[in-house]
Amino acid sequence: MSDTDAFEPVQTARALSSAVGHSDTAVIMSETKPEWSRRNFIKGVIASGVTVSGAVYFGPALTRPNLLSAQGVERLVALNINGQTRRVDVLPGETLAMTLRYKLGLTGTKLGCDRGECGACTVIISGTTHYSCSTLTQRVRDREITTVEGLESPDGKLHPVQQAFIDELGPQCGFCTPGQVMSAVALLEANPNPTRSEARIAMSGNLCRCGAYDHYLNGVMRAAEESQNG
Amino acid sequence: MADLIGRDFTPPDIRAKVTGRAKYAEDFRADGMLFCRLLKSPMPHARVRGIDTAEALSMDGVIAILTADEVPEQPGPANNILTNEPHFVGEPILAVAAVDETTAQNAIEAIKLDLEPLPFCLDPLESLKPGGPNARTDGNTVVPREGVKEIKWKPEDFIATGEGELPMGEPTTEWSYGDLEQGFAEAALILDESFVTASHSHHSMEPRTAMAYWQNGKCYVHGSSQSQAIIVPGLANYIGIEPEDLVYIAEYCGGGFGSKGGAYPTMAIPAHMSKKTGRPVLMRISRAEEYFLGSARAGFQGHLKIGFREDGRMTAVDLYLVQENGPNSGFGDMGSAAGAVSIVYTPHAMRFRGISVLTNTPPRGAQRGPGQNQMATAIEPLLDKAARQLGVDQVTIRRLNAPDNDSRYGANQGPVTSAHLREALDIGADQFGWTERSARSGQRTGSKVIGVGVGQAFHSAGSSGFDGLVRITPDGKLHVHTGVGNLGTYSYAATSRVAAEVLKHRWENTVLVRGNSSHHLPWNNGQFGSNTSFTMTRTNYAAAMDALKKLKELAAIELGGEADDYDVANETVFRRSNPSRYMTYAQAAQQAIKAGGAYSGYEAPDDINPMTRRSVEGLVGTGLIGVARDNLERRGTVPALAAGFIEIEIDVETGRIEILDYLGVADCGTVLHPQSLATQIKGGAVMGFGMACTERHIYDPKWGLPGGIGFYQAKPPSYVDVPAEMSWAAVDIPDPQNPVGAKGIGEPTMGCAAAALLCAISDALGGHYFNRTPVVRDMIVNASMGRSQSHRPLQVNTQ
Repeated sequence: MSDTDAFEPVQTARALSSAVGHSDTAVIMSETKPEWSRRNFIKGVIASGVTVSGAVYFGPALTRPNLLSAQGVERLVALNINGQTRRVDVLPGETLAMTLRYKLGLTGTKLGCDRGECGACTVIISGTTHYSCSTLTQRVRDREITTVEGLESPDGKLHPVQQAFIDELGPQCGFCTPGQVMSAVALLEANPNPTRSEARIAMSGNLCRCGAYDHYLNGVMRAAEESQNG
Repeated sequence: MADLIGRDFTPPDIRAKVTGRAKYAEDFRADGMLFCRLLKSPMPHARVRGIDTAEALSMDGVIAILTADEVPEQPGPANNILTNEPHFVGEPILAVAAVDETTAQNAIEAIKLDLEPLPFCLDPLESLKPGGPNARTDGNTVVPREGVKEIKWKPEDFIATGEGELPMGEPTTEWSYGDLEQGFAEAALILDESFVTASHSHHSMEPRTAMAYWQNGKCYVHGSSQSQAIIVPGLANYIGIEPEDLVYIAEYCGGGFGSKGGAYPTMAIPAHMSKKTGRPVLMRISRAEEYFLGSARAGFQGHLKIGFREDGRMTAVDLYLVQENGPNSGFGDMGSAAGAVSIVYTPHAMRFRGISVLTNTPPRGAQRGPGQNQMATAIEPLLDKAARQLGVDQVTIRRLNAPDNDSRYGANQGPVTSAHLREALDIGADQFGWTERSARSGQRTGSKVIGVGVGQAFHSAGSSGFDGLVRITPDGKLHVHTGVGNLGTYSYAATSRVAAEVLKHRWENTVLVRGNSSHHLPWNNGQFGSNTSFTMTRTNYAAAMDALKKLKELAAIELGGEADDYDVANETVFRRSNPSRYMTYAQAAQQAIKAGGAYSGYEAPDDINPMTRRSVEGLVGTGLIGVARDNLERRGTVPALAAGFIEIEIDVETGRIEILDYLGVADCGTVLHPQSLATQIKGGAVMGFGMACTERHIYDPKWGLPGGIGFYQAKPPSYVDVPAEMSWAAVDIPDPQNPVGAKGIGEPTMGCAAAALLCAISDALGGHYFNRTPVVRDMIVNASMGRSQSHRPLQVNTQ
């Protein structure tokens, strides 16, 4: 069985996507298509020979000069992150959270569970929120990735969501905050004037053990209001 | 004092939290950093017969293996760093360091571990039976000051009890006050009930990752902790060095809830591995590992006999608690639980008996309201049961038994500093519209039924005797050095404002120095036990008063007259009789440096802690130093008290609960920081809702394997499990034994909400009392259908 057989659903997605990859082995799929599923993610990981566990991290191959993996996936990839092109050596089974945190120095994206349960690692990929712990970096080449570090203006002005979270004292311990911020930003981009109950549903993929839900929701509603006024 | 105290402000660390710049332990990197993974026990109790590491060590990229023989052995039943006799599933046996994490994990898989399975125990009552299993080879209970002992109850202790009734054999702890017999003789109603409260995990969002390296003889550790200063001696001890040789860095802590209060043993593993390899080491802890070794709340199997007068006044309480303690020394939940009963309901007479039994489940530690909150979930529904039988309103029965300033606490019936639970109930009943809402109790629409509830909880919320340290530098800035830690309550900042307030210093011109033990921090308590607001306002007040005294003395030396002739305002010290004679704080700092002595830290008080002394020595000659031990008067327990009011709708066909509304009310003395108090009241409630209805440990009884090692299994509440909006209020009556009137509050905000929710469930079900926490959905469905439950009454670790 060839490597691409394992990615068969992805191939379908690729055909649907306008952002077709540069090489035959590039694996690109539309994030918004139903094919983008937990099952496919796991299949992808298994195909790449890495176990799906908290141990997903660059393996021994990193120390070898070969920039084509055993499966023939190109390892030196260009990622569009926060409006910048970042070239980075990515293993086939590497998650976006690991690439961001351990190769690109973007540690604002947090790992709370590393298994798609808590949302602390939420980033925005082409307008849609994703758990970066459950997203393979190889699959998001040429997509627009926004992390919490990409929200602040160069002049230091915060995104309305960030400012509203400060004003409403949203964060407590702060560990889930980057993920909460990203979910709120994506919500307001899709729906600039949500009801509180819409916001509650939109944010429900982000756990907060401090239980700051009420204050985060206050922040979302304030940010919506101020974005409308501003 | 009103300029800063009681007003909202933007905490200095919050911007970093919303921008992702806040660095937690896993966010630090160092050149040549290795990654460490743990080989953990797959069995609940076993002995290591042999370890074959040959294949693992021969793998490319594997650097070192650290075993239990290479780390300091911990005495008796204390938590181990690494062990050759694991006492719970997931207990670390050895650690592997490699150039990357995958290699480390692959090496773990390649290690051949020969384990001898040993008997294990999951249910304390099973262990107390004659011939029952012991969690440790040397016994099944930890007795204070005696250590591990084997205690077995007599066969008749078990025979004498009826179905579902707690057997009550020999306890290891016992106390009483008042005349219990007379109390029950006076009672018009006596409830005699057995109950279970489940163990559950802390669920801090940040796993307890740590990174360490050595430099010039000092060990640098990046950790996740609720404390900064108080963790240092314990962690140094785990590493095997002197406290002054440890640089501990913890600017942020991604949640602790008691599980990261002081030093914990896994935090020392990267330090040991780094020493062994000569390279920096990062050890990430996974979510599943958090469930194994990340501490947990102790469960109770308990019995309550409560006597009530006809009007609902509690005349006598006889409490027995069997604490499920995990395999190690655990925590004193049961004693705190008994103390809570004594102060929240002020019974005329009370007896407490308890025994803490060892089990091969995760080591227990403090979790938000340890003991007090389990007790709230057990006893508050019984208060409603009594109210229902006596025909008394639920708020009325609580008001009648509530403590006041003259009430007494615990075994010794010692005094309290202030108690205003009755006021909290009154404010809550009024603001919540209790009378109108309780009229809706039991209203049914289709399969949905309305329930209302009120709950209460307590925690001892204040300490004393720690040190304060402030500094005014020649640039005129006030530096408040704080060693309290940063749990996320912002109380490290709110309590520092007291120093600025005393010195009439602009908050914007005040610098908080914290987060790194090399930054000259004072000896402070940690952020646990709801104590920061009380304890740290006192230390910062004491240090600021010392600085104020020095400012006035320096002004008198420079400008003439006596120190008493001077006052401060606008960051100047001026002569009261002639305000044109003044020194700015910047000038005073320069004068302090010139004057030397105690003014700029060349001398320090005799009674401060060695850590504070070292910090003062590090600051010598840099400005005006204010330093003092908190010797302010404190007589008695500092009660944090809270009441919660809730309205819910239960679908009796599915067991689904919709919380319609929640109001929490706090008695925390003077409100320091309203916005943060709001987050504590509401956030505590969210955690309480999880405790009441979803969170619990489960185990496979045959093999002792945990069944809840993921969020989706252990179920902390999400956005959709809690109301879309919640409310709060505060009594706001100053505590007389705190310089600004403050007391803590973090813990009872959880217990009162859990209790209120359980009471509301029973209310909706027309007075069905489960005597069990959590009340999960299928229990509600079974109760509403009149079916028996799937668990035995005293069974633990159930689905």
